[in-house]
Amino acid sequence: MLTALIDIAYLVAAILFIFGLKRLQSPATARRGNQLAAVGMLIAVVATLFLHDILTPAEMVGGLVLGGAIGAVLARKVEMTGMPELVAAFNGFGGLASALVAGAEVAKFITQHGEPAGAGEVFDLVTALTIGLSVLIGMVTFSGSFVAFGKLSGRVSGNPIAFPGMRVLTVLLALGALVGIGYTMAGAGDFPAVTEPVVYGTTGLMAAALLLGVLLVIPIGGADMPVVVALLNSYSGLAAAATGFVLDNTALIVSGALVGASGLILTKIMCVAMNRSLLNVLLGGFGGEALEGGGPAGALEGKTVHATTPEDVAILLSYAQQVIIVPGYGMAVAQAQHQVRELAELLQEKGVTVKFAIHPVAGRMPGHMNVLLAEANVPYDQLFEMDEINGEFDNTDVALVIGANDVVNPAARHDKSSPIYGMPILNVDHARTAIVLKRSMRPGYAGIENELFYNENTQMLFGDAKESLTKLIAEVKALS
Amino acid sequence: MLDNLIIFVLATFIGREVISKVPQTLHTPLMSGSNAISGITIVGALVVAGMVGGVWAKWLGFVALVAATINVVGGFLVTDRMLQMFKRKE
Repeated sequence: MLTALIDIAYLVAAILFIFGLKRLQSPATARRGNQLAAVGMLIAVVATLFLHDILTPAEMVGGLVLGGAIGAVLARKVEMTGMPELVAAFNGFGGLASALVAGAEVAKFITQHGEPAGAGEVFDLVTALTIGLSVLIGMVTFSGSFVAFGKLSGRVSGNPIAFPGMRVLTVLLALGALVGIGYTMAGAGDFPAVTEPVVYGTTGLMAAALLLGVLLVIPIGGADMPVVVALLNSYSGLAAAATGFVLDNTALIVSGALVGASGLILTKIMCVAMNRSLLNVLLGGFGGEALEGGGPAGALEGKTVHATTPEDVAILLSYAQQVIIVPGYGMAVAQAQHQVRELAELLQEKGVTVKFAIHPVAGRMPGHMNVLLAEANVPYDQLFEMDEINGEFDNTDVALVIGANDVVNPAARHDKSSPIYGMPILNVDHARTAIVLKRSMRPGYAGIENELFYNENTQMLFGDAKESLTKLIAEVKALS
Repeated sequence: MLDNLIIFVLATFIGREVISKVPQTLHTPLMSGSNAISGITIVGALVVAGMVGGVWAKWLGFVALVAATINVVGGFLVTDRMLQMFKRKE
């Protein structure tokens, strides 16, 4: 009876997760969707707490309160620009939890006195395999996510990191992990009477998987981080699902599968947006700040840029019919999203049509730029995805590029030697005039020169995005 | 085992159907929300942390419980914070 009640509670939770995710299909219902999913989680937790007769209340409540407090503080304090690294960190905690739960399933057979506590339960091949998978995926998610966290927050260099023999080491570790699983499976039949193979196998696997996660993510450059974050998200779901197989728990399997699918879809979208195959991304080496401080000296041969002033740009904008704003991570770093919104509103009061063009990989995780602009109260019906707006640049007077680099580089269309060749870009160069707000001529994340900057109809407004925009706003105001 | 596999595969298809229709605007909240859902491991953590058996199992379970709760609580709260900003402006 109790088991049936728990199972029904888990089913209800799973249904709420599905409805919750479904409501994320529209901004109008999204918040309610997230709340539905949270209620689903609450039901699953409460059912587990009250219906399982396994309670040691103090520790459980302690764990819930401690974890809840840490999570709540982090969630409240984070800046919207810091969202990608926080999500990566949360992801890592999820992976760690999955691996530890699987580890605890092994540990439960061993007591201090050598008396197996899980007597009566069988530890068979399938159990050994599922535990192995859960530990492997969970640990890789954990360490990989925290490396991604380090890269996104600047604590670890965004450059691809590699050392001689790294590939070999990675392959050896992966093989070692498989051996660990095999060793555990081989000892499964005698467990828990003979503990060594299973315990050593699992412990070795944990260590190998931990290192493997680090080695898989450090060679990947900053430009590919949106893909990595999406992929790790998928892993954390798969880890939860694997743990569900270990515990024979439907709630974990269903939710884990949902998350695994969502992460994979986003990974695919990000790869398409950058015209890179997943394998290509995982092999790493792309992006980073390769050309340190490559000022105007690193310019394209025989070409010059046209620098402009806020006054001129203000005039150009004020008398335009249509302006398309292209925000990039430079805007986010300068925290200039509020100035962008103010400028857009000013222009609209003057009768200028203002639209925002959002490249799928603008920012540091999928859809990051939309969140930053939403934070600054830019109405989301003014935000357009690349495919919707690319045709409009031909009829646009001014394209205002704020801190975006690679996603507007025309080299992606025709320069076969360019590392970004074939990546879909925003057709900023088709606008009558392109204004680029940028600190210096330093290349973007892909570390390559941007030929847009040298075009006849491109003008550069150098300086910090926030300062430049503040000046622009003042000039536009002065014009009326 | 086979039952579980069937459930897993079917859930993957449902996930794909539901999620592929989410617009780009909401990809970040989708990711952080689904990440919070992956914290369902919290249920597993509760089960193992509550086991009366080995001391090791209990402590592993406790750490798992804390980590999973960070993931769940933090994930849902931060997603809510983001989605709050997507209300229709007038």
